[in-house]
Amino acid sequence: MTLEALAALKLEIEKNVPGAIVEIITNPSVSAQHSLLIDNAHGLAVAMFLRDAPELKLDYCSNVTGIDWPSREMTEKTKVKKMVEGPDGPVEKLVDEVRKWTTPAYLEVVYHLYSMTLGTGPVILRLRTGDRGENVQVPSFYSVWRSCDLQEREVYDLYGVIFEGHPDLRRLLMWDEFTDWPMRRDYVDPDDYEYEPTAHDEVLTRAKAHYPAAAPAESGPAEDNA
Amino acid sequence: MSATATLPPAAMLLDSEEGSQYLEISMGPHHPSTHGVFRMNVVLDGETVIKLKPVFGYLHRNHEKIAENETYLGSMPYTDRLDYFCSLTNNWGYALAVEKLAGIEVPERAEYIRVITAELTRLQNHASLVGFLMQDMGASGTPLMYAFREREKILDLFEALTGARMMCNYMRFGGCRCDLPAGWLDWAKKVVASFPKFLDEFETLLVGNEIIMARTQGVGVLSRELAISAGITGPMLRASGVNYDLRKVDKYGIYDRFSFRVPLGDHGDVYDRYMMRLLEMRESLKILEQAMKDIPEGPFTDPKTKVRNFRPKPGEAYGRIEAPKGELGYYLISDGSPNPYRYRVRPPSLINLTVLEDMCLGRNVADVVITLGSVDIVLGEVDR
Repeated sequence: MTLEALAALKLEIEKNVPGAIVEIITNPSVSAQHSLLIDNAHGLAVAMFLRDAPELKLDYCSNVTGIDWPSREMTEKTKVKKMVEGPDGPVEKLVDEVRKWTTPAYLEVVYHLYSMTLGTGPVILRLRTGDRGENVQVPSFYSVWRSCDLQEREVYDLYGVIFEGHPDLRRLLMWDEFTDWPMRRDYVDPDDYEYEPTAHDEVLTRAKAHYPAAAPAESGPAEDNA
Repeated sequence: MSATATLPPAAMLLDSEEGSQYLEISMGPHHPSTHGVFRMNVVLDGETVIKLKPVFGYLHRNHEKIAENETYLGSMPYTDRLDYFCSLTNNWGYALAVEKLAGIEVPERAEYIRVITAELTRLQNHASLVGFLMQDMGASGTPLMYAFREREKILDLFEALTGARMMCNYMRFGGCRCDLPAGWLDWAKKVVASFPKFLDEFETLLVGNEIIMARTQGVGVLSRELAISAGITGPMLRASGVNYDLRKVDKYGIYDRFSFRVPLGDHGDVYDRYMMRLLEMRESLKILEQAMKDIPEGPFTDPKTKVRNFRPKPGEAYGRIEAPKGELGYYLISDGSPNPYRYRVRPPSLINLTVLEDMCLGRNVADVVITLGSVDIVLGEVDR
C-alpha cells in the first residue's frame, strides 16, 4: 500500500471511528510495507470497521506477530557551529555535539490483514503496550477474526502481552507451569546445567555459573562417591 | 471386569451435574493418527465428541529465537525443518521475504527452477497426504505405499539436484544454490509424464469407493464464513469454496505466466478436502509441463547479491507463498545488523488447526482421526 493510500485510509478510519488516534509508521526498506499504529482504546472499533467497511472488507487476518522493543540508549553526533574563545577573541568553530536519549520500552503486536473477497492487502496494524512490565494489555481481536485465537495465544506465551477479551488466553507452546517470556530480548536461559566431565566453551561458562563455589574451572563438582 | 478397569491410564471419568458420565481422553501425543507428537484432550459423551482442546508444544524449540541469533543465510537450512515434507517451498518463502526486504531481483532461470521444484514438492506432499488419509481410515498400507512409490521418484530428483532428499537447503537470496545438473530436466520430464498414470490408478481405486464416501462425506464440515474468519488457507480453504490461491492472487515469482485452474470444493467436508489434493496435483502437472518447456538458459542466481556479511537496510517485510499446506509467510525486521531483529514464521499447519474443535463437535472419535488427517499438519511447523 502506498503512503498516499495509507494516508487516505487513516482519514477514513478517523472519520468512521470517532476519537481513534491513528499514526502512520513508515517503513524505510525496499518492501515499502508501511503500517498504521492504532491506540489501544479504539483498537477493537478500528478492527471492526476495517473488517466490515464494504470498500475494504479486510476479512482475513493472516499473521499476528509480537515484537519486543526494550529501551535502548541512542546517541547522535552532530556538528554544530559555535563561538569558541580563541587566542585573539571569539572564533566560529565546528564542534561535535552529542545528543543522548533513551527510546521508550514497549511490546508491539503486528497484524497483517488481507481481503479474501477483494484480493487486496496487506494492511498492517500495530498495537503497542504501555511498557514491558505492568502495562502490557492490548485489546484482543479474537471477536473480529477467529484466526487471532491461536496466534494471540502464541504472542502471550512468548512475549507476555495480555490480550484483553481473549476467551482462552493460555500458554500455547510452553507448558502451563512455565513463568518467563522466552522471546523477549532480555530472556535468560534457565540454569539447567548438568555435570559434564569435560566442560569447555559455552558449557564451561554455564558450569562456572552453576557451581560458583567450586571455582577451579577445569574440574566439575566434587564426586559423590569419592 | 468393570468398565473403569479397561480404560487407558490417561483417561478418567468425570461426573457431570446431571449424573451422566463423560469420558475425558487424552489422544496423543504418541498416537499413529496424530502424525507426530500432537495431543488432543477430548471429552466424550458416549461415542460423541462434546469438547476438544488441542495441546501444542511437544516439538517446540523456539525456531524464531534461534533464527534471531543467526545470520540471514544461516537460517536457510533451518527452514527445511519446519515442514519437513516441503523443504523447498519453505526455502522459497524465506528467500522471498528476504528479497522483498533487501530488494533483490531474481533471474529468469532461477524463477523457473523455483516453480519446478515447488510444484514437485506439492505433488509429493499431496500424494503422501492422500496416502496417510487412507491409512487413517483403515486402508492399512497399500494406498500409502502406492503414494510413497511416486514420492520416492520425486525425492530422487531432489537428491540429484540438491544433495538431500528432504532437507534440501536449496534456495538462496536472489536465486538458487546451484544450476540443474546435466540431464536432470529430461529425467524430471519423464517423472512428470508418468505421474498421471499413478493418479488415474489412484482415482480408479479410491474416488468412487463406497467406504471412503461413507466415511468422509458430510464429516468435518467447515463453513465458508468460518474458514475465512479463522484464516484457513490452502486446499482446506478452497474445499470450503473460497477462491483464494496466492499463486493467482499475489502472482509471486512468475506464476502469472502459466495457465492452470484453481479447484474449488462445495461442501467443505473431508471428502472435498481429499478431492482438492487430487485435483491440485493435476494442475501442478500442467504448471510443471509448461515450466519445463519454457525454462530459459541464463544465470541461476543474482551475482550481485552478497553472500557474506549480508546486511539488509533497516525496515521490515512480510513475504508469503502458497505452500502445499496453505499460506506460508515470513515476517522479518532488519535493524541493519547481520541478524534479523525479528523473524516470524506464519505457520499454515498451526492456523489451520484453529477450527479443529468446530469441525469435530458432535462427531465420533473415529471422525476426529480423519478430520485431523484431512487438515494436513506437520508438527515441525505447528510447534516450531
